[in-house]
Amino acid sequence: MPKRIMFTMGDIACAEGALSAGCRYFGGYPITPATEIAEWMSQRMPELGGAYVQYEDEIASITSVIGASWTGVKAMTATSGPGVSLMLEAVGLAVMTETPLVLVNIMRGGPSTGQPTRGQQGDVMQAKWGSHGDYQIIALTPASVQEMFDQTVQAFNLSEKYRTPVFVLADETVGHMRERLVIPDKKKLKLEYRKQPTIDPSEYLPFKPDDDLVPPMALFGSKYQFYATGLTHDERGYPSDKEDVQIRLITRLNDKILKNADKIIDVERFMLDDAKIAVISYGTPSRSAKKAIRDAREQGIKVGMLRLKTVWPFPEEQVAELASEVDHIIVAEQNMGQVYYMVKAFAAPTPIHLMTKPAGMPQLPNEILDKIKEIKSI
Amino acid sequence: MSRYEVRFGGFGGQGIVTMAVILGETVSLIEKKQCVQTQSYGPEARGGATKSELVIDDVEVDYPKVQEPDVFVAMSRAAYLEYVDGLKDNGILIIDEDLVEVEGDLPDGIKIYKIPATRIADVDVGVKQATNVVMLGALTAITGIVTPEGLKKQIVERWPRFKDTNLKALELGLKAGKEAVPTSA
Repeated sequence: MPKRIMFTMGDIACAEGALSAGCRYFGGYPITPATEIAEWMSQRMPELGGAYVQYEDEIASITSVIGASWTGVKAMTATSGPGVSLMLEAVGLAVMTETPLVLVNIMRGGPSTGQPTRGQQGDVMQAKWGSHGDYQIIALTPASVQEMFDQTVQAFNLSEKYRTPVFVLADETVGHMRERLVIPDKKKLKLEYRKQPTIDPSEYLPFKPDDDLVPPMALFGSKYQFYATGLTHDERGYPSDKEDVQIRLITRLNDKILKNADKIIDVERFMLDDAKIAVISYGTPSRSAKKAIRDAREQGIKVGMLRLKTVWPFPEEQVAELASEVDHIIVAEQNMGQVYYMVKAFAAPTPIHLMTKPAGMPQLPNEILDKIKEIKSI
Repeated sequence: MSRYEVRFGGFGGQGIVTMAVILGETVSLIEKKQCVQTQSYGPEARGGATKSELVIDDVEVDYPKVQEPDVFVAMSRAAYLEYVDGLKDNGILIIDEDLVEVEGDLPDGIKIYKIPATRIADVDVGVKQATNVVMLGALTAITGIVTPEGLKKQIVERWPRFKDTNLKALELGLKAGKEAVPTSA
């Protein structure tokens, strides 16, 4: 058993968060910079009576996680961008079959094999649009070791509540940095579990939603008989090529996320109350921004930050509200601009300034400070 | 103490990352200050320049990486050349004198401490792998970032099986650090 207070890595905090959330199945294929999650799980899972399986590749890893989830266990995998590329077909299957699972992406430099030991935030749009078809996804963006724990717990809660795959999108710096981690007392953690059917098996419709748009989930091997497929299906789970079935299903799969966006989205408002300039950031660059904002405040510049802890569903309302409060918005992210386009869509006509850095080190605080000063002088 | 930045550089296999981790554990868990440890290394398992850093502060550490180290511990020539840039004016440079020579221009007022850590580990401790613990002892004596007692406690906690070797290495490192006379560039 690890100690309740540790000085440890983001990756290990993520694994411990998953275990505290009740995860008892990990199927994966190690990859830098997410290897430590698999390594930690391989030691801890047997101690807790769970299963750790290392597969031949990422495709087998995530499909095994889907299968495990249908047996009723909370299940996850962890990888990096190249692994996510291989998993994306199955992410679509998990969305369509409404399978709760957590997929951790410790983002490294890309495209392709890129820079394994260096960070980047190049996979934000991949998480949203990587699998084919029209769907919503949930993606959380932690910025510290403690948040790697807390938001992994949250990822499991959301996946169970909405029966959907949830991404934890952390950049390499957050995954590999060490900080103090406090593992909360089990009794203090609020954990969600998927709804299971209670009605008579003869009346069971596996994809008939409750009022919250989420159907109760029967488990493989239970007394309920059902069919789960990636084909468009009706409430009985049977494939259908009818237009109304497709429209109803796809609308519901989107709505169960979008209509609950206010309950899913988490942001931090930092020094925004009197701000004229706002920085929007997430992950490690948000820590550079905090330092830059503190320094700018000392020079009398009214600046603050909207830190996104959730990037999908996108915090549309929070960004629109911010745009009505400030004169300028700077988007600082460790890529060529991805969240930038979403901010542009919801913050118009407030001027949006992109500050990118598609490299292993996040923006330096003084680089963000220089940008803030440049905008101030406009 | 306000923000204080420590950088370690060497080649893969010297225990460069471990040095920052155990120092971070001591700062965070025993001395209860805020700190963040990061590292940077290439894809190689051994060799190559490796860097490991620790940022210590009284308040929550925002930017997690080192920008201008207050102290730089260099344990290979390649790492010295690659990571010496940015050393703060009046900062501290600690080198393993058998492996690193001071080259190039240094900022004003740098104090240079030469510690034969590898030699002490090899000859006096009898275990070359204890080089990083010798150097940690020297760093502690020179900078006072952590207390010798705190570091001792964490070393015993972390490596119970190698307690005697490491405590000997630590003692010799503390002594070498205490006795080292700084020079300027």
